[in-house]
Amino acid sequence: MSESKSNNGTLVQVERVGKVFHRGSEDIHVLADLNLQVPAGEFLALMGPSGSGKTTLLNLIGGLDRPTNGALTVAGERLDQLSDRALAAWRARHIGFVFQLYNLMPVLTAERNVELPLLLTHLSRAERQKHVETALAVVGLSHRAKHYPRTLSGGEQQRVGIARGIVTDPTLLLCDEPTGDLDRKAGDEILNLLQSLNREHGKTIIMVTHDPHASARAARTLHLDKGQLSNGEVK
Amino acid sequence: MKFLHLIWCNLRRKKLRTSLTLLSIIVAFILFGFLSAIQQALVGGVALAGADRLVVREKVSIINLLPVSYEARMDRIPGVDFSTFQTWFGGIYQDPKNFFMQNPVEPEKFLKIHPEIILPPDEEKTWLATRTGAIVGRRTAERFGWKIGDKVPIRSTIWSQANGNLTWTFDIVGIYDGRDKGTDTTPLFFRYDYFDEARQFGKGQVGWYTIRIKDPSQAAEVAKRVDAEFENSPAETKTEPEGAFIQGWAAQLGNIVLIVSSILGMVFFTILLVTGNTMAQAVRERTGELGVLKAIGFTNARVVTLVLAESCLLTVLGGMVGLGLALAITPAIAQPLAGLLPMFFLPTRALFTGFGLSIALGLVTGIFPALQAMRLRVADALRRM
Repeated sequence: MSESKSNNGTLVQVERVGKVFHRGSEDIHVLADLNLQVPAGEFLALMGPSGSGKTTLLNLIGGLDRPTNGALTVAGERLDQLSDRALAAWRARHIGFVFQLYNLMPVLTAERNVELPLLLTHLSRAERQKHVETALAVVGLSHRAKHYPRTLSGGEQQRVGIARGIVTDPTLLLCDEPTGDLDRKAGDEILNLLQSLNREHGKTIIMVTHDPHASARAARTLHLDKGQLSNGEVK
Repeated sequence: MKFLHLIWCNLRRKKLRTSLTLLSIIVAFILFGFLSAIQQALVGGVALAGADRLVVREKVSIINLLPVSYEARMDRIPGVDFSTFQTWFGGIYQDPKNFFMQNPVEPEKFLKIHPEIILPPDEEKTWLATRTGAIVGRRTAERFGWKIGDKVPIRSTIWSQANGNLTWTFDIVGIYDGRDKGTDTTPLFFRYDYFDEARQFGKGQVGWYTIRIKDPSQAAEVAKRVDAEFENSPAETKTEPEGAFIQGWAAQLGNIVLIVSSILGMVFFTILLVTGNTMAQAVRERTGELGVLKAIGFTNARVVTLVLAESCLLTVLGGMVGLGLALAITPAIAQPLAGLLPMFFLPTRALFTGFGLSIALGLVTGIFPALQAMRLRVADALRRM
């Protein structure tokens, strides 16, 4: 496990972060002076209604977007001060993403999809294959490695998405509505998997969801509304 | 190399669209190959023309003859090594469509001034000893199945013998090869002394002269001296380097290079639009996937490279298949054209040019979609999955 964290064990430090989108002449304040700390090894759920800024916050923490103001430190790096190129390299090293609609490449098999982040490393083909097999084994999909996404069920596709997210052993796993497109049974399997990754593999997970059933699996839940976080319960 | 699988899979995403685009590129490069072969056939001799050779023809038109006595006068002009001459015979073997060139020449001087014609020494010796002897290029010999010792009747469209007979019979005493790939091995050459003695009219007249000069850098000065020598005579001359002479022949059909370039320009502009459209569509459809690649750490530069590599793979693949087919088909087309366009073949430099062109096409068609992919904001792109 290659985790970079500050001395007090905080992996994600969000300080007075704001995000404003410009639509024509209108300024849309999505996040305002938001503060958040996520310790390493935590499974955090971010809840809130549509348009509350959950995904925006997740994108900021994942280095996919930049804050309008404030300081954002993740895995020991000030993201708001990194260049685009450095940010891309940082994402490759520290972040694993899991998307609501799986976002798999339809032209690649499951194992080739999982291999994608490893193409950015210096690993040999054999080493990459070994990592891919391990990741697919963790999500329980070794037997579907050669299958294309269109031949997999929604739950299986999401498990491939999770395997892709963890194959590089990232510092932080960011999940955007990972069960949003699944039925209850498949959703539960995914949540079990995330919980297992957190508990058994010590993976830090931030999950955006609007489903209380999903957030119940997290160790802590925070509510986001109109760009502000409210305290949630800690289990 | 590790990205090749991804690039290849992306190309195969829309098989029909990619196949049709590939087909259009292949057709364009086949056309490129054929036009290159035509250009080679018409003006390729320019590149092979001897830098130390000048061609002297009658000033007004090449169909007007020059006196044979000019040879001795030319040899005395400063800068001239020696000169020799040829005359257009315009013969037909069996059928007018069996066209190939036949010219009477002075054997020794002819072979000396044309080192690109390779004739075995024993065959040269036989030619010098046989008045009715002729040497023929390997291509024509193979075309008609001629071999040494054959008697070949050729009917001239211009020159009759003293008895009025237009059919001349030559003894094949040698078969020559070309030193270079582009050397024309279709003509037949026979002896001028036999021709001049036997012809009914025009005795002592020749078609044009070829001069070998001592110093190629003095070509322009020597050409001026030659023309000055025959100024105000009944047969004034026009002297030019052999390359310019060949180009002048081709120019009778028009500016070949311009015609070929214009056609190719239009073809490739169309291909540019077709391939560019394919790539633009391919990138537009994959906006979300490109967002995923960026999200997992692909830099903008890598995304640009991936898109450019994809477009280049498409165009280079099409280019190579097209050029390969042109290379395979050209000899079959060249066969019936052997007399008219003896040097109709796809030159090696055209293959290299075609390869370069296919890469350039890939880069030009891919650059705008690549930049479009580069400018994608990850968060926006992910929403379009």
